Amino acid sequence: MATKILMPKLSDTMTEGVILKWLRKEGEKIKQGEMLVEIESDKADMELEAYDSGVLRKILIREGGKARIGAPIAIIAEPNEDIAALMTDAVPPAEPAMAGKPEPPAAAASPAISPAPTVAEPLGKLKASPLARRLAKENRIDLQRVSGTGPQGRVVKRDLESLLSGKTAIAPPPSGIVPSGQTRDVELSLIRKTIAKRMQESKQVAPHFYVTMDVDMEPAMSFRDQLNSASSTKLSFTDILVKASALTLMKHPNVNAAYLGERMRQYGEAHIAVAVALDEGLVTPVLRNCERKGVFQLNSELRDLVDRARNRRLKPDEYQGATFTISNLGMFGVEDFAAIINPPEGAILAVGSIIEKPVVRNGQVAVGHTMKLTLSSDHRIIDGVIAARFLQDLKNLLENPALMLL
Amino acid sequence: MPVVSFREALNQAMDEEMARDQRVFLMGEEVAEYNGAYKVSQGLLQKYGPKRIIDTPIAESGFAGIGIGAAMVGLRPIVEFMTWNFSLVAFDQIVNNAAKMLSMSGGHFNVPIVFRGPGGAAHNLAATHSQALESIYAHFPGLKVVIPSNPKDAKGLLKTAIRDNNPIIFIESEVMYGEKGEIPEGEYTIPLGVGEVIREGTDVTVVSWSKVLQHITTKAVARLAEEGISVELIDPRTIKPMDWELIFKSVKKTNRLVIAEEGWPFAGVGAQISHEVQLHCFDDLDAPVERVTQEDVPLPYAHNLEVHSLPNIQRVIRAVRKVLYLD
Repeated sequence: MATKILMPKLSDTMTEGVILKWLRKEGEKIKQGEMLVEIESDKADMELEAYDSGVLRKILIREGGKARIGAPIAIIAEPNEDIAALMTDAVPPAEPAMAGKPEPPAAAASPAISPAPTVAEPLGKLKASPLARRLAKENRIDLQRVSGTGPQGRVVKRDLESLLSGKTAIAPPPSGIVPSGQTRDVELSLIRKTIAKRMQESKQVAPHFYVTMDVDMEPAMSFRDQLNSASSTKLSFTDILVKASALTLMKHPNVNAAYLGERMRQYGEAHIAVAVALDEGLVTPVLRNCERKGVFQLNSELRDLVDRARNRRLKPDEYQGATFTISNLGMFGVEDFAAIINPPEGAILAVGSIIEKPVVRNGQVAVGHTMKLTLSSDHRIIDGVIAARFLQDLKNLLENPALMLL
Repeated sequence: MPVVSFREALNQAMDEEMARDQRVFLMGEEVAEYNGAYKVSQGLLQKYGPKRIIDTPIAESGFAGIGIGAAMVGLRPIVEFMTWNFSLVAFDQIVNNAAKMLSMSGGHFNVPIVFRGPGGAAHNLAATHSQALESIYAHFPGLKVVIPSNPKDAKGLLKTAIRDNNPIIFIESEVMYGEKGEIPEGEYTIPLGVGEVIREGTDVTVVSWSKVLQHITTKAVARLAEEGISVELIDPRTIKPMDWELIFKSVKKTNRLVIAEEGWPFAGVGAQISHEVQLHCFDDLDAPVERVTQEDVPLPYAHNLEVHSLPNIQRVIRAVRKVLYLD
């Protein structure tokens, strides 16, 4: 049966995608599951696999061309099947001119072969089997976040089963030490490419500025000791930091926000990503609704996420959709550092080591424990004062942990 | 357990019921002197005589009507069609008189009659003699449609059909008359409307019956099993009334359904099963229901075209793999 390959939705904020590279040529036989095309979304470059078997009869969007989500980019059909109907269907009306929005050079490079960018088909039409819908409802899974492996991306039972059992690989294996005296080029893993692209984009596009504050950690340390002595689970400072940040974010809607051009999106939930280092690169699993969760729950969820991140068993929806990120290098003896914002988030918190050092208390020099927090903010939505107040409130919570109970 | 052929099983059923009930008689072309076109009535003329084993002229409408009249006044006829294709000549008698008499007489006249004979394609009999008509007869209220797949069911179901007080369409298969199978010792009956799970499985439910079940689906399922695909195979045995609960229960377990039958696709039995399953198992379905049917053309005489028109093992395998999203 002839089928249109549609531009997939590869990230939360994606509206259109660029065809980077067709991995298969027109006329080639395609088997379901084979990689078909590399697509660049606003967040990452991803390979799209064929959901149907057949012959790649027609490429509608050439390399460098753009298409909105849901717009047809190619047609797969039987070798002799008549695809005229699909072709007329697929020939898109011209996209309305977008004032002040220059085409990216990639698209301009091949205007002669690239058809006009397509206008989106009705967006967000989710394909899922009735059973998949029921399972998603029962397990409170957002089907929009599940990538379907059925025909045309239909979400079917096995997709949810693999999600529920957490079996999804995310990256190729790391490479070892370079032999002495040799030079080599290593193909970047998908995860590395994504980091490269996103970090570069973030640092180039979002005007960063940094505010650092010292926090007296003695109250938080005794708070943690108290909680830990009452429980078999051992809390980390990260758990407490996540909780304190979540509560602070809810009071600072401009920090818990994303810059979207003409608008700013403010979130009524604190979904906090925690940076986890893997051999092949950084991943940022997301703790959802941290504002509503207790520290012990955050602890167990984070353990689970970190565990599965290390085993490369995170699902895309578990590392997407954060509203804020915490990066902690304290365990490596780093006193303070400045992190790059994880777009489209508005800010990222860099956490240093707890350091034993002389502090002045009541006019006396004493031995204290302090920690440096650095907030990197996107100046397009966050001003210095907002960042400073955010850090003040966060510092206040950490220095008076009982306030977190309020 | 005794092993008998399909035709022997049918013969035993008629023999036992004729011995049991004086009102039962058999009528049709070549059923008496010739012992049946397919030897199903072998020996019955000698045993029960020409009053109860009656040869008719080639006049299906006439002897079907005589049978219906006899049933209305208290006898229990078995009317044999040499094939179900010829029943089309008697179609008006069956669908307008047999099927509707109870309703139109306000409940005064039951029509306890069994119409039986072989249905479906044999080999190279061409378009008019190769038709699987179960869906046509199942369409009419007032008729029950029974279609056994093996000697055990053939005997048990025919005995029940003869005892039933309603007109029964009993469809056999020409190419299966010689096929043998075990039957229980002694007398037994099988209720109408009760299907059977032929093989338990977990991945996909396949509903199939009669020749397609025995010659195609069973083989396809065995090959799929080699690939590690576990099929739950259901033989409904009766098309109407259908054993819906058995099918629903299985689909709720496997989340997938394939129906393999010999009839044509449009308004076929599989179409009805598909409808009922989407209605009752909607939230349990992981894939659209797939059907394997004869192609939507009059069956070609030419052998090379005939084999392509009829359901085959590959098509059943493809349908199963499709609902499992394997291709």
